[in-house]
Amino acid sequence: MTSSDVQLMLDVKAGDDASFNVLLRKYRTPLVNFLFRMVRDTATAEDLAQEVFLRVYRARKDYSPSAKFTTWLFRIATNLALNSIRDNRRHALDVPIDAPADEDAPRREIPDREARIDERLMERDRSDMIRRAVGSLPEKQRVAVLLHKYEEMDYAEIAKILNCSESALKSLLFRAYETLRVQLAPLVSQPVAHRAGERRPI
Amino acid sequence: MKCEDVSKELIPYLDRRANSALRMEVEDHLATCPACHARAEEFRRVWTTLDEAPLVEPSLGFDARLRERIAAEPGPRWFHWLLPQPRLALSLALLLAMGLWVVKYSPSARQEDAAVVKPQDFDAVKDLGVIENLDVLSKFDALSELAPVASAQPPAQPDNSQPSQPNNGGGGDM
Repeated sequence: MTSSDVQLMLDVKAGDDASFNVLLRKYRTPLVNFLFRMVRDTATAEDLAQEVFLRVYRARKDYSPSAKFTTWLFRIATNLALNSIRDNRRHALDVPIDAPADEDAPRREIPDREARIDERLMERDRSDMIRRAVGSLPEKQRVAVLLHKYEEMDYAEIAKILNCSESALKSLLFRAYETLRVQLAPLVSQPVAHRAGERRPI
Repeated sequence: MKCEDVSKELIPYLDRRANSALRMEVEDHLATCPACHARAEEFRRVWTTLDEAPLVEPSLGFDARLRERIAAEPGPRWFHWLLPQPRLALSLALLLAMGLWVVKYSPSARQEDAAVVKPQDFDAVKDLGVIENLDVLSKFDALSELAPVASAQPPAQPDNSQPSQPNNGGGGDM
């Protein structure tokens, strides 16, 4: 039987570092992906994910289970990501114009030896287009879509993280998906054969 | 349900988190509104397309780097208990301030102050018997019997024709 996240965190509070490692293993990949989709840079996403875990560890003594653990975790991650985006925006003029774009960052994907090169290129183009479309959403809409689509959080939890009402969140999500519908129209009209790991159908 | 209402409930309908009553309402509308129906279909395809976004994995040194940072965190020191705890310090300061205020400005304290400032009030204690019997004393009529003699008899006019008699203190005929 696996302990709940809250119980694990209470164990961490009591001094059990093994429970912290369980939480780390469970949430490092979702957190890095969430942060990568927010900041669009793998190195920054990793740094921020480390900072999230570090803050969780530092706050262990004061932890009280007033909300779901994931709400707390992703709220920290969201705040850090938004701060990072704002800081980068301030320093944007310092970046040389020929600096490599975030989209060119190397990705750690398992290579599919069977796939033909042109298919892989097409797939990569599609992935980049999706990432750009999500990345171009206003920050709050982006957080809402990432938590709704990829973390599959319920509305109440996302609303808590974004500090808004559920009704406002539904409007936010509708506007976000409406923007994505327009931006991804070229992809949507010509779907490719689907990969494994598809999530809940909509 | 109108198109504006559907737009708000379309996402919960599509991700199957809407309750059954709401789902039926949205379905009824989609069956009669081609524009909303088409939009719902496109949203479905967008949702499927978003699954194509690749996953990234944390680097192999992620955990080790985090453990290093945690190890570098300052741990509890032996003199930790001596360091002021802000919340505790604030609570104690407030408690002290309240205590001083109560001692200085409470009614009982003011009475005590008054007692100290006016020691002459203690004299009233000496006259306590008089004060308690004030009512009796004020109605005491013992002297009233002498009063008519003193007050009703006008002052004697010296009469040279008769020899003066010494006043024996007795009352005249009344």
